[in-house]
Amino acid sequence: MSKADLHHGDDALIAAQRLAEWTSRAPELEEDVALANIALDLLGQARMFLSRAGDEDQLAYLRTDREFTNVQLVELPNGDFGHTILRLLFFSVYQQQLFASMRGDEIADKAAKEVAYHVDHARMWTLRLGDGTEESHGRMQRALDELWPFTHELFEGNDLRAGWLSVVEPILAEATLTRPEDGWAPTGGRSGVHTQHLSYLLAEMQVLHRAHPGARW
Amino acid sequence: MSKTDWPLWEVFIRPRRGLAHTHAGSLHAPDAEMALRNARDLYTRRQEGVSIWVVPAAGITASSPDEKDSFFEPAADKVYRHPTFYDVPEGVAHL
Repeated sequence: MSKADLHHGDDALIAAQRLAEWTSRAPELEEDVALANIALDLLGQARMFLSRAGDEDQLAYLRTDREFTNVQLVELPNGDFGHTILRLLFFSVYQQQLFASMRGDEIADKAAKEVAYHVDHARMWTLRLGDGTEESHGRMQRALDELWPFTHELFEGNDLRAGWLSVVEPILAEATLTRPEDGWAPTGGRSGVHTQHLSYLLAEMQVLHRAHPGARW
Repeated sequence: MSKTDWPLWEVFIRPRRGLAHTHAGSLHAPDAEMALRNARDLYTRRQEGVSIWVVPAAGITASSPDEKDSFFEPAADKVYRHPTFYDVPEGVAHL
């Protein structure tokens, strides 16, 4: 089983689950569709990566939180809309860098197209909210301060951070947001050490499969 | 968000092998850029090779139903007004 496939699959799966929680709760109907669209893309990516790593359903439904290898960033609760958008920006710019570095890989090439759209969507909203009203700006800055520490984990074992910063920093600057200093850098996701949020997420995601093991759907 | 104005936009789409943009529907968006992206999600499922126009609904002037008669009722008894006396030459695909 390829560890890398498992990492990419887990990231996408948990990110998809969080975005799907927005369904019917987005600020506008059109945004509801957009977020669901992105969640669907991510779930598709998760299925491809997990299928290459093993049995997708086994991997998604029968592992405990200690066995999941996603970065902590994607398992954090949605928070408000700005919080969700900023997390999407950080994660999709990371994916964009990652898939560019994997060019030639069948799954990465397919996913790269989708991810370009995700980045575009997150960038537009980051600019709008960061440079919107006083209220939206304040919320974005708070979300930024809260999420920034969790971005470091994305770059463990790769050299993508410089490229990531070269995309993210100008967007934050244009959105009139202040990029936090690097400091605390929580880690552990890749080795199954997670925030307390993941096990709740998994309990909900896996409940049916665990109640009826072996059933066909 | 309720304080933001999300005006109505009309969406016109030209399919990949289509010849003209056709009215596909409408949607709400805060500006043209967002309207374009929403239209892509809602009406094209991100198919490659399509062209999308978005127009603020306020920018469209429509003919009035009250004027329907004077606007559209053709003078059917004046046959010379209708180009029905010509054979369409072969090879003219889109007449």
